[in-house]
Amino acid sequence: MTELTYRHGHTALEAVGLGVRRRRAWALRECSFRLPAGRVCALVGPNGAGKSTLLSLAAGLLRPAEGSITVFGGRPGDVAVRPRVAYVSQDKPLFPRFTIADTLRMGRELNPGRWDQAAAERLVDGGGLSHSARVGDLSGGQRTRVALALALGKRPELLLLDEPMADLDPLARHEMTAALMAEAAEHATTVVMASHVLSELDGVCDYLLLMADGRIRLAGEVEDLLAAHAVVVGRHELPGTPREFSPHTVVEARSTGRQLTALLRPDGPVRGPWRAAEPSLEELLLAHLRAPGAPALLTPSAEPRPRRVAA
Amino acid sequence: MVEFRIDRRSGVATYLQIVHQVEQALRLGLLAPGDKLPTAKEVVAATAINPNTVLKAYRELTRDGLVEARPGLGTFVRRSLARPQAGADSPLRAELADWMGRARTAGLAREDVAALVASVLEESFEETR
Repeated sequence: MTELTYRHGHTALEAVGLGVRRRRAWALRECSFRLPAGRVCALVGPNGAGKSTLLSLAAGLLRPAEGSITVFGGRPGDVAVRPRVAYVSQDKPLFPRFTIADTLRMGRELNPGRWDQAAAERLVDGGGLSHSARVGDLSGGQRTRVALALALGKRPELLLLDEPMADLDPLARHEMTAALMAEAAEHATTVVMASHVLSELDGVCDYLLLMADGRIRLAGEVEDLLAAHAVVVGRHELPGTPREFSPHTVVEARSTGRQLTALLRPDGPVRGPWRAAEPSLEELLLAHLRAPGAPALLTPSAEPRPRRVAA
Repeated sequence: MVEFRIDRRSGVATYLQIVHQVEQALRLGLLAPGDKLPTAKEVVAATAINPNTVLKAYRELTRDGLVEARPGLGTFVRRSLARPQAGADSPLRAELADWMGRARTAGLAREDVAALVASVLEESFEETR
């Protein structure tokens, strides 16, 4: 393949004014974004930000109380949509009494016409797992491997992963990421990956959804979001933010002695004696995680399309 | 075939690392016209990076006229950057190896040599910066 995996105008996932109540509090509120198809998207946010809730909604396991969410233009969980989506939740539910061979057979029988036994076996065999091993006897990392094999064997067009790599050793993590990327390269699979490990997202994800308090704070192409920000360093001893920052949006400003370090969304050049540089993905994410009150930013491709969707 | 080494901490954009490594392989003659570059799938299966990064690098190399995409077949080298004067058996290389040997005998460490070379390089090619 020599074509990029994403095409403008194709939408994998779209939310408009999405809201979900959990007991008394809102787990998601006024959550709106669009994820173009063919993207590998990082879903980042502090604990309780609503990441898992959003993934459950996209998988069709949860109904929204407000607003709408669509997957490839249809309602999540619909007969037309469900075969195209695979979801690996944080606790990776598998049948403990099944052997690995049983588990893969279940995948085959539940996904007639789609199942790719060779792809699933490749992942299982990569870990040196015996097909006759019982799932209940596997380690956490080995179970993750089987869960990912089951998900990839389904040949999904949208792959939803909740903390997929948390219990994998570095080698297995590299191998699983490589397998995911190869899948994305070959089939232009859309991947949404919730993770706390920022280093595991860098270089892997080309799209970003950052959530805080049940809302979207940042959404868009990683490249464009990085380019829309600047880390600015300079000397500043007066209280408050420097005057030169007034035309810009200040996401976060921190002082250490005489030095001030700030993450800005510049509106034009930053004037004054300031050194400005493009942030790394980690700097961008950490600044926004520390400053959840910063205004939301969605790049044009991440803005939901203005149209009426089936609720 | 080349194999890419991605350093995520280098601060150099990943697609640029691929561009530089292809150029380097072309200079050293590791890649020659007609050679096929690894497919995006092969690269990401080895390096676990985003496939669009590889494709972006290949597009940049295509724009520079170094490689071309042949639909359905892959991406192929169009022209070389190798210069015979820089080859493994060239006199210039032998002289440099000889000089390195003398620098080492004179007690210079790797970092000293690297700093010295970088500084002379800077002086000699000032106008091309």
